[in-house]
Amino acid sequence: MSVEAHEIIPMPQPDPHGRQESIPEAAKRKLSSPWATGLVILITVLWTIPTFGLLVTSLRPSEQAQNTGWWTIITDPTLTLDNYSQVISGGSVIPNGIAPYFFNSFAIAIPAAIFPLVIACMAAYAIAWIPFRGSTFVFFTIFALQVIPLQMSLLPLLTMFNKGWSLGPIPIFPDLNKPGTEQSIFIGTYVPLWIAHTMFALPLAIFLLHNFINQLPRELFEAARVDGASHFLIFRKLVLPLTVPAIASFAIFQFLWVWNDLLVALTFAGGTPDVAPITAYLANIKGSYGAQIHLITAGAFVAIVVPLIVFFSLQRFFVRGLLAGSVKG
Amino acid sequence: MEEVTSGLAKIGTGLAAVAIFIALLLIVFFIGARARGKLQHPAAMIVFLGPAIVLLAYGLIAPAFLTTAGSFKDATGQNWVGLANFGWIFTTPSNREVLLNTALWIIIAPLVSTALGLTLALLLDRMRRESISKSLIFMPMAISFVGAGIIWGLVYEYRDPAGAQIGLLSQIAQWIGMEDPPNWLLWQPFNNFFLMVIMIWIQVGFAMVVLSAAIKAIPGDVVEAAELDGATGWKLFSRVTIPMIRGTLIVVLTTIIIAVLKVFDIVRVMTNGNFGTQVVANEMYAQSFVQFDVGRGSALAVVLFVAVIPLIAYNVIQLRKERTIR
Amino acid sequence: MTATMRRRGAVLLVGGVAATMLLAACGSSSTTSESSAAPAESSAAPSEAASEAPSSEAAVPAGCEAYAAYTGSEGTSVTLFTSVLPPEQQRYEDAWKPFEDCTGIDIVYEGSDQFEAQLPTRIAGGNAPDLAWIPQPGLLAKLVQAGGPVPAPQGVSDNVDQYYNPAWKAYGTVDGTFYAAPNSSNMKSFVWYSPKVFAEKGYTVPTTWDEMFALSDQMVADGIKPWCGGIESGGATGWPATDWIEQIVLRQFGGDVYDQWVAHTVLFDSPEITAAMDTLAGWMKNGDYVNGGFGNVQTIATTAFQDAGSPILDAECGMLQQASFYAAQWESFKPGAVVAEDGDVFAFFLPQISDEFPNPVVGGGEFTTAFSDRPEVQAVQTYLSSAEYATARASQPGGWVSANSGVPLDTYTDAIAGLSAKYLTDPAGIFRFDASDLMPAAVGAGSFWTGMTAWFGEDAPTQEVLAEIDAAWPAS
Repeated sequence: MSVEAHEIIPMPQPDPHGRQESIPEAAKRKLSSPWATGLVILITVLWTIPTFGLLVTSLRPSEQAQNTGWWTIITDPTLTLDNYSQVISGGSVIPNGIAPYFFNSFAIAIPAAIFPLVIACMAAYAIAWIPFRGSTFVFFTIFALQVIPLQMSLLPLLTMFNKGWSLGPIPIFPDLNKPGTEQSIFIGTYVPLWIAHTMFALPLAIFLLHNFINQLPRELFEAARVDGASHFLIFRKLVLPLTVPAIASFAIFQFLWVWNDLLVALTFAGGTPDVAPITAYLANIKGSYGAQIHLITAGAFVAIVVPLIVFFSLQRFFVRGLLAGSVKG
Repeated sequence: MEEVTSGLAKIGTGLAAVAIFIALLLIVFFIGARARGKLQHPAAMIVFLGPAIVLLAYGLIAPAFLTTAGSFKDATGQNWVGLANFGWIFTTPSNREVLLNTALWIIIAPLVSTALGLTLALLLDRMRRESISKSLIFMPMAISFVGAGIIWGLVYEYRDPAGAQIGLLSQIAQWIGMEDPPNWLLWQPFNNFFLMVIMIWIQVGFAMVVLSAAIKAIPGDVVEAAELDGATGWKLFSRVTIPMIRGTLIVVLTTIIIAVLKVFDIVRVMTNGNFGTQVVANEMYAQSFVQFDVGRGSALAVVLFVAVIPLIAYNVIQLRKERTIR
Repeated sequence: MTATMRRRGAVLLVGGVAATMLLAACGSSSTTSESSAAPAESSAAPSEAASEAPSSEAAVPAGCEAYAAYTGSEGTSVTLFTSVLPPEQQRYEDAWKPFEDCTGIDIVYEGSDQFEAQLPTRIAGGNAPDLAWIPQPGLLAKLVQAGGPVPAPQGVSDNVDQYYNPAWKAYGTVDGTFYAAPNSSNMKSFVWYSPKVFAEKGYTVPTTWDEMFALSDQMVADGIKPWCGGIESGGATGWPATDWIEQIVLRQFGGDVYDQWVAHTVLFDSPEITAAMDTLAGWMKNGDYVNGGFGNVQTIATTAFQDAGSPILDAECGMLQQASFYAAQWESFKPGAVVAEDGDVFAFFLPQISDEFPNPVVGGGEFTTAFSDRPEVQAVQTYLSSAEYATARASQPGGWVSANSGVPLDTYTDAIAGLSAKYLTDPAGIFRFDASDLMPAAVGAGSFWTGMTAWFGEDAPTQEVLAEIDAAWPAS
């Protein structure tokens, strides 16, 4: 499929003559001096050291972690996994382990990465290829929505989840209470989180996917329309497959954002182990065990390890997809 | 064991939700495709654009209007107070500092991130093992603000200069001969820059990856033609490379500026806005959610929104050009 | 104010009328009423019974007699939202386990370090918890104005009338309507020190303000920084410094000025508060005295309050002014640290300044507020105000103290809890609630915190700080 995409998408392509590097050769020669390499290595090291410090601290016994800098492992190389076993399964200091929160994060982030992508993809297609009056206006409005601070949306959304919402007579969101209580059945579930994350992700997702879908060749759609294909068919058979690189890239980003979110989680999930994600756990142990730096760092590392794995294993995808739209020849 | 079982059940819930969502979509598509004749177009519009519009209307547009209205009301949101909240923002001395800090953030953090990202993209493009460096520099993007706060706490931590140091920066300062390093987060006005460093640390990877791909996508023949014309080095860079990736640069800058405007987590975690480091987004959070002054909180949100309008307008003009080209 | 840690503590233990009130509170009619006369036993009995199979609905299961008044809501659940985080959470859950087993009501506990921001949001969004522990009377009043809290049922009111000092009922009352009974309380007028270091150096615990400063000078001469402090507390940074100024105002000017200060009839920018700030400047802002183990005066602003006491164990710092709940911190600095008069660390009462105002005590606490009047919510709310609950909770480890006079004094095995009680029950003493918790949020959770933080961290001029705090006081 990706081969097909390359043939179709009119974005700047690598040189057909098989020359891989496309950068100005002269600039390249000038800049590819040893000190350029050295500079990159220096920045790489600078960028990595803080995280490395976190990892090292999380592996040190409490006494050392609290009283000496992590770099002293060079002279005092005592490392332990105790901090991790305490954080993961609970221990004398932190009775509750991180495990339930860890799984919650997955249960929140997987749907919250997929829902907005699909909806945004459909919207982007409509804006780009279904002719209607005001499509430009709709597109720019959605673009501008990116700047609305999501803090301002928390309250109206919370109200919707609890009391329902209908657009005139049309019920958009049901007002269902648990039997015998005034509590909505959605409270204490992942549903509000999925919906909230979907809403907040849409403006950027639509913007980027539109840039991508907009660049698909016009002839493709015209030919399909002439053959009598409906928008639904075109979307499923043509657009979706061609957009996979862009969708994949944005899905990874969205997964990372949702995984790392704290504010939305606090508002819609609270801190119970039933639904709260790992960031809420981390914020809580940071609030209650400020002095336990060895445990906080271990918890923090558990929390970032999944994003790091996702990131390192899938990074090839996002680069290509995310860019396709924004790169103009 | 029990934990794992219940954990898998949770993940199962998530996957089931995705399955239901896809199934619903397929049904809607099936029904939508039945539409014939005049109904075809509206059916497609409703199915494709409807969900996004409804979600955005409720989740973002309505709150934006409510917030704007709230900015003209008092702390309880009951009484109209005209421009009093804006008067408070622009006349209180402490708020002037907040506005100035925010302006510094908007200018410095995105520019440095983008410039550094561009430099790295250029340098990396001609390195052998670029992927390792690229991955490591991009890595902070995958770390939450809570995590970043903990990580950078270990860098800026201050201890009595006479004793053992825990903060890396103080230790380095001592190694290079600074006997009495300052308390970094208190050191005005530089503490603002120490906080920006965290944002830059997170954003450079993003800028680098996107710009790197844009540079790679410049057609080789364009470059060759320029070289035949005698363009080299800096000239080639400024006359060919930059114009070719201009669109990408704008997108990168815009994205980072918007991220910077909304950033409250870093400030909240590191200094809570004390010591002259307050920014609008965090003040807004404090006013709305800690001091319960909905009016002032809303007014600050409106200020943020208005501040981005020129940026949005510029982008819209650019996009308009591109759309007409199509 | 209130950071998550500000809780627990001391009490107005008036006397051990334990036996009768237990019966009254629980309305028990059972055959074991004789044995429940001893509260310690009665709190133990239900937990034993819990493991036994409950009998049929008609009869109250053995051991559950004390909870008979709360039955009738089997299979329901009640949510409780608090700022109290683990490890405290577990001790609460252990304490009310028998209640849950006997009544079939599940108490769903949720603690958050963003409690103060989250609670109003949830109420406004229609997702109020059933119950919340609100640490600030000021916040309670604010919520009542906005609508949300429901008045306490008669059972709670009766319990509070019976077991609590009227002052505590007043803090849970807004505009004449009683809403919330206290849960725990804490005693803030403590100074922590290391008995080991004191014994080694031959120091004695000071009993007057002047002695305390003579001791401080002695420590300086011995090469020990006498004081350490930390006021960093995330979104609530600054609150420990507000506590310091409250201590001084109460000691220097007494309860009346303190009350007028809370009501803003005595301004921050007044001679009294300025004088109190000057006193504080000679103490916690004195470069010779602070900040032991951390560095200069400014480090007070960036040191986490949780970390502040750690140098005391290493003899790098002599003393720390902090509340009774700080007892829980020492274990984290040094596993196995003993909090006792002859242990690793202990606390003495922050001495009075003037004989005119004897034994001034600043304290805090949190209040069980209901947002629903469902029968099971009222049952839990009533139970949480009972002497039986307070006794069960107080017998858990961790130095928790209730202001409930129905808790027998010997329930408190913890030395700090006992000491808290001693000062709080002093009939000649002056007790006042944490002033910042009583002030409007714009000040008590806003300018007062940031002002004190700037005063320490940026060395902002006193008059400027006080004027700015005043300026933020909402026009009424």
